[in-house]
Amino acid sequence: MAEKLISKIPEGPLAEKWTKHKSQIRVVSPGNKRKLEVIVVGTGLGGASAAASLGELGYNVKVFCISDSPRRAHSIAAQGGINAAKNYQNDNDSVYRLFYDTIKGGDYRAREANVYRLAEVSNLIIDQCVAQGVPFAREYGGLLANRSFGGAQVSRTFYARGQTGQQLLLGAYAALNRQIAAGTVKSYPRYEMLDVVLINGEAKGIIARNLVTGKIERFGAHAVVIATGGYGNAYFLSTNAMNSNGSAAWQCYKKGAFFANPCFAQIHPTCIPVHGDQQSKLTLMSESLRNDGRIWVPKKMEDVKALRAGTKKPSDIAEEDRDYYLERRYPAFGNLVPRDVASRAAKERCDAGYGVNNTGLAVFLDFKTAIERLGKDVIAARYGNLFQMYEKITDVDPYKEPMMIYPAIHYTMGGIWVDYNLQTTVPGLYAIGEANFSDHGGNRLGASALMQGLADGYFILPYTIGDYLAGKFKEPKTDVNAPEFAEAEKAVVEKIEKLFAVKGKRSVDSYHKELGHIMWEYVGMARNEAGLKKAIELIQALKADFWKNVYVAGENSHFNQELEKALRLVDFFEIGELMARDALNRNESCGGHFREEMQTEEGETKRDDENYMYVAAWEYKGEGVEPELHKEPLVYENIKIATRNYKD
Amino acid sequence: MDLTLKVWRQKNAKAKGHFETYQVKNISSDSSFLEMLDILNEQLIAEGVDPVAVEKGCQSSGPVSFDHDCREGICGACSLYINGRAHGPDDEVTTCQLHMRKFKDGDTITIEPWRSAGFPVIKDLVVDRQAFDKILQAGGYVSVGTGGVPDGNAIPIPQADAEESMDAAACVGCGACVATCKNGSAMLFVAARVSSLALLPQGKVEAARRAKAMVAKMDELGFGACTNTKACEMECPKHVTVTHIARLNREFLSAKLHD
Repeated sequence: MAEKLISKIPEGPLAEKWTKHKSQIRVVSPGNKRKLEVIVVGTGLGGASAAASLGELGYNVKVFCISDSPRRAHSIAAQGGINAAKNYQNDNDSVYRLFYDTIKGGDYRAREANVYRLAEVSNLIIDQCVAQGVPFAREYGGLLANRSFGGAQVSRTFYARGQTGQQLLLGAYAALNRQIAAGTVKSYPRYEMLDVVLINGEAKGIIARNLVTGKIERFGAHAVVIATGGYGNAYFLSTNAMNSNGSAAWQCYKKGAFFANPCFAQIHPTCIPVHGDQQSKLTLMSESLRNDGRIWVPKKMEDVKALRAGTKKPSDIAEEDRDYYLERRYPAFGNLVPRDVASRAAKERCDAGYGVNNTGLAVFLDFKTAIERLGKDVIAARYGNLFQMYEKITDVDPYKEPMMIYPAIHYTMGGIWVDYNLQTTVPGLYAIGEANFSDHGGNRLGASALMQGLADGYFILPYTIGDYLAGKFKEPKTDVNAPEFAEAEKAVVEKIEKLFAVKGKRSVDSYHKELGHIMWEYVGMARNEAGLKKAIELIQALKADFWKNVYVAGENSHFNQELEKALRLVDFFEIGELMARDALNRNESCGGHFREEMQTEEGETKRDDENYMYVAAWEYKGEGVEPELHKEPLVYENIKIATRNYKD
Repeated sequence: MDLTLKVWRQKNAKAKGHFETYQVKNISSDSSFLEMLDILNEQLIAEGVDPVAVEKGCQSSGPVSFDHDCREGICGACSLYINGRAHGPDDEVTTCQLHMRKFKDGDTITIEPWRSAGFPVIKDLVVDRQAFDKILQAGGYVSVGTGGVPDGNAIPIPQADAEESMDAAACVGCGACVATCKNGSAMLFVAARVSSLALLPQGKVEAARRAKAMVAKMDELGFGACTNTKACEMECPKHVTVTHIARLNREFLSAKLHD
């Protein structure tokens, strides 16, 4: 099956690959586009922009989302910004520099050609969003403003206050609405994809549950696009929205799409710390805060104790008694080191006993210096809504006392394996945005998720899918009465019936929380061989117990959130297991994946380029059978491989 | 803290709803309101009462359905009417940002869905807000396709205009404005979009058509008229102000004058 892993990276110099590829792939004539149907699952930045763009081109699009409106997709929660290589600040930014920073930030585990293309189209995205009426922040002269983000030494991040994801999504959603009104796109809100249907090995449709009526329905098309985001909720507590899940991607895996680098999960350094065991999710404080906020813990243990006892306030700690540990350890980048580096540094201080909060699992993010330097008004203009959000949750005013933060699961770099055309190993099945694995390697840089979602949806998929569909316009519409649809529907119905039939005592959420504890403990910020093996055992045991003792309330023929959660959790067990398996295989430390066995004396990551410079693509082999590992070698022709260095 | 909850239960759009009373105990004041509902649901699941059982005379309809997603105040999914206020007793928050420290031990809390002709109940506290999508489909966009647009810096926009546009664009489409309005008007929602785009040169081109189309669709979908009570502004979690309604009125009237 190894021949399936053909990345289809075009020949030629890096900077010419995409241009050359576009000129060589096939296009579909307008008349024929009208005969072709495409299903897009998910309406975040990737899905909404893809569906809108495909509709504009004249394809017949069906778009599905689990929320009551496409606008609620979790892209909306992205705060800080979107990168582009515009060089508007004249700080010597370029497509190459954005490409280089992204490859380096990803710890040399992303594909050169894909990342270069991403950097190349980044500028088009900004133009597109401005034209749609996205109210980006502007300077007094009326031109677009920028700020810096982690892992970069230039200011290339465009933003709309702390609501950039919201504004970009509203732009894509508006474009989608325009196509829905024009009739090229049909929208299916409150529908959840429960399986992908293959006919003769090609993706031809999906089975979806109408979340209001419970009806299981069949939808056919000439191609299917998965834009359903990441699988970070395997950890239960994460910054992902409550309904974010990995199930659509997982059904693709089970139908033959390879799943790549599942162990690469990003732990974001600036989240509001856990308050207790009633917690349902974690809230991110945008990375942009690290532009002006300084991260520290006390130098003296007596101050740590006084803070925990409440006898001292953070503002009482003298400047010389504060350990600005990122500035100390990484002088060149300071508080703007990449996310994985900042997260591990926080863990290191907390493990050493210097953590604050009553749990000892928090560090300070302090705006004192910035407020003194710039004034409260400037800080309020930059981060006002984030400060307000923080105060509402914690009851602490960050203008007066520093914020407390701690790392949390935020994003998954791994995902469905795709080739240069964003096609999976299943013909006709595409994956875009966070759902695929392609651009971020072992670690994603801040403000790059929005860039990738929109790059894929606006400017890459609409071209590359044409190459596939050009061979399909003579085929009739997919017949949803085909036996393959009936079979897939039957399997879905049986799975639902099986869940209700358990009639045990434990709630779905209680299992999800337990899975989350296992994942965070053994497949979290630091991993080792014994722990990963234990995680696999524990997850398998928990899954077996779930099928004996879970209680799924209600029935299928209603709006039933317990059933929705149960169906997603069934897949999270398996996703969690594959993450542990992949982490076990990758015996190196790289990006967000930190194997304790592989670290330098200073506790920095130690990559093993000789043995692990590859994409690990897993193939499903059946229930209870170990998946097969395929390796796509990563070849760097244009940049020199180096150890990441954020110190000098 | 220990609380008494009176929760609206309704099996589906056609069924008649009713209140059920529950007790929850040991709620942390740091918990969010929705986390408190999670605890209620865990309790109801542990008791093993099934939603279908209510028809057979059971006292409880099982776990309570409510819309929620991001739980950080930005997706606009959560939509509860708590003690007679949209998003409960705090200002400029969505329900997920409401924390239990706003209540006292021993309180009785009444929880209802949005109540408006424009938002029919789907189940319990979940309502159908597709009407908002339909209003935006009528014209809440700039008619540009993907590609072929000018450079992002080609048109300078005064910072104040961009900021004011952003104030309006902060709308999360939750529907609190409609739910709290005695007329069930969607004016603040419509105004947020019309105003945000009208303030920018990109949106100016179609401003007249947009204002007319969106207002017509709002009327067609059965939302009420605006009588300037400003209740919407009071309950908007994102502080979208009625200034934008004034701008909508101006855009709408000038468009009609040119007809």
